[in-house]
Amino acid sequence: MRKLPLLGDEAIAQAAIDAGITSIYAYPGTPSTEITEYVQKSKQAKEHQIIAQWTANEKTAMEAAIGVSYAGKRAMTCMKHVGLNVAADPFMNSAITGANGGLVVVSADDPSMHSSQNEQDSRYFGKFAQIPILEPHDQQEAYDMVHYAFNLSEKFQTPVLLRITTRLAHSRSGVTLKDSTAQNTLKLPDDLRRFVLLPALAKKRYKILLDNQVNFLYESLHSGFNRLIQGVDKSLGIIVSGIAFNYLMENFQHKNLPFPILKIGQYPIPNELIRNFVNEVDEVLILEEGYPLIEEQLLGFLGIGKKVHGKFDATVPRDGELNPNLVAKALKFPEVKVNPVPEFLVNRPPQLCVGCPHIDTYNALNDALSEFTQGRVMSDIGCYTLGALPPFNTINSCVDMGASITMAKGASDAGLRPVVSVIGDSTFIHSGITGLIDCVTYHTPITIVILDNETTAMTGGQKSLALGKLESIVLGTGLNPEHLHIIDPRKKFHSENVEIFKKELSYEDVSVVIARRECIVAIDQIKKELQLIAVSKNV
Amino acid sequence: MTNETINKNNFKKDIIIAGVGGQGIVSIASAIGYATLEAKLFFKQSEVHGMSQRGGEVQSHFRIANYPIQSDLIPIGNADLIISVEPLESLRYVNYLAPDGWIITNSVPYNNITNYPDLVQVHNEIKSFKNSILFDADSEARKIGSVKAANMVLLGAASEFLGIQFEMFENAIKTLFGRKGDKIVDMNLKALARGKEILHSNM
Repeated sequence: MRKLPLLGDEAIAQAAIDAGITSIYAYPGTPSTEITEYVQKSKQAKEHQIIAQWTANEKTAMEAAIGVSYAGKRAMTCMKHVGLNVAADPFMNSAITGANGGLVVVSADDPSMHSSQNEQDSRYFGKFAQIPILEPHDQQEAYDMVHYAFNLSEKFQTPVLLRITTRLAHSRSGVTLKDSTAQNTLKLPDDLRRFVLLPALAKKRYKILLDNQVNFLYESLHSGFNRLIQGVDKSLGIIVSGIAFNYLMENFQHKNLPFPILKIGQYPIPNELIRNFVNEVDEVLILEEGYPLIEEQLLGFLGIGKKVHGKFDATVPRDGELNPNLVAKALKFPEVKVNPVPEFLVNRPPQLCVGCPHIDTYNALNDALSEFTQGRVMSDIGCYTLGALPPFNTINSCVDMGASITMAKGASDAGLRPVVSVIGDSTFIHSGITGLIDCVTYHTPITIVILDNETTAMTGGQKSLALGKLESIVLGTGLNPEHLHIIDPRKKFHSENVEIFKKELSYEDVSVVIARRECIVAIDQIKKELQLIAVSKNV
Repeated sequence: MTNETINKNNFKKDIIIAGVGGQGIVSIASAIGYATLEAKLFFKQSEVHGMSQRGGEVQSHFRIANYPIQSDLIPIGNADLIISVEPLESLRYVNYLAPDGWIITNSVPYNNITNYPDLVQVHNEIKSFKNSILFDADSEARKIGSVKAANMVLLGAASEFLGIQFEMFENAIKTLFGRKGDKIVDMNLKALARGKEILHSNM
């Protein structure tokens, strides 16, 4: 048996390879990125010709995965929690079509918002879609659950959601591997209209999903991922899910654990297990990372006639991730005396790298905008979001992927002139193109700056699908070519770049300025990608 | 501590590795990781990815034990060691330090913020911890070949606190930097050895 040191993300990836996936699709997003990266770098995956691709966005990734499943093979798609919003349409409907080949969706939540805009809990999405959800507590369980998830998916012909949070995604530990499974052969669904969600057909499919609920619940009760740990002190029973289990057990390391514990790792919530457990104890403590999903369902409107401690009564904080100390506090353990952090300590926020091309673009844009009042720059998600901080203070929004263009359109429609959108090349591919089509169609007075560093920089330099074709994509939306400019963001071109910005700011229609200089951190990867593009053009 | 005593008793080391994004925190963690594997100990290592890697404060929690480890995060007041590539960053996590824990830190500031506190005050605060080792790892690394090896000098200085044989760290460096060629491996091995010497001259 092989044992490897793996991040939670990598354990999921290795399990997917071992479970015989044919494809994995994703758009990079912290804390999920390393899953797909691992498959891309894996020798084993290469030998088995597994397809591991960065796609335009999470929606296209999810749809491609459904397509693989349609063809009878196993597919995984991974995303960060907010990526599941982008993929929500195919995700919800995949529950109705069901899976043919095994279909596993991984969503990595980011409580405490280490690298995100919110801390939404993906378990609600799984519940919303009415599909099975798995929530591992450690790297080994993540590995084991992926194998189980593919079998479950094929057994009941349903997509399965695997939910992790940041700490597990980015924590490394030893993982023992299982034997690998061969890939499925091509086999279309028995009913070739199963994936046709015409109302008449979708109604039948939805009934199948509803009928399947009893099977999903049976699995939750019997798979072993929801399990009872006996305890002698029935004054308190602890229901604990996901990584919170580790923090709980840490508090009883080398100590006797008196309380009964119900460890939750699979949903739908195993109702009978919970009922029996709660009946046995005087009070209940619920520990779950994310939103109070279990707690909310357990309490319902009317409560259960027993004290339930958790997020609603502030025994555990509503926001942020958990840790061993917050769990100790919930257990009413005495506080440990610790060294105070010195008062003179200051924060060190992330910042743009020395030599980053965005610095020169923001400096030029700031100068061009200096004659106007502030508050005119809608921005997007990437390293350039750091332009909100000093010394730049350039941007005024960061909401969701692609929103810079469409929010700027709305602000322009409302009368704000001039108005600027700032978006990265990869973000533009993800969700910016459609917004540009809106602007071009309605002749919106707007200046769109595409910060083209030729990579997906913030997540570590993954391939940008804009590389080598950005101008043709922009012009393909119908933009007037006279108002497309490509500038080189460097100090020596500062004054001419300012002039180009100024000219386009006064133009009463759409203009696009591509500020192109490669990311200094990802320069080697970019060169490799450019060579690949050159080779494919010559063939 | 010898391997024999490790096998008999409950042995654990909780380490916080700190610094600024880009200072080689992940390399220190990886080197300890390889050494831990060779020593056949259990470990959990939590890393920082994503946005904060861009010149912000970064930390890694590294936990070693001879029994299965539960939490991926070190509880506050529990760390046996803080290894920091930057002095101010070493102080950011002192609430994690156990009463008898050690701070081993570079004295050279990474000054990418406008409100960096007075350096003398920072150094004095570090020295106020009875178990602290503060030294200029940058210039030690520069003497060996490159300031980039400062992280391995610090690891060398910390190596004897970790309950793992020194050769295992050397092997880890060979594995970690092997792809970059013999020159880089040698430089990092020298950096590791120099760190160990510094520890002895400070004790």
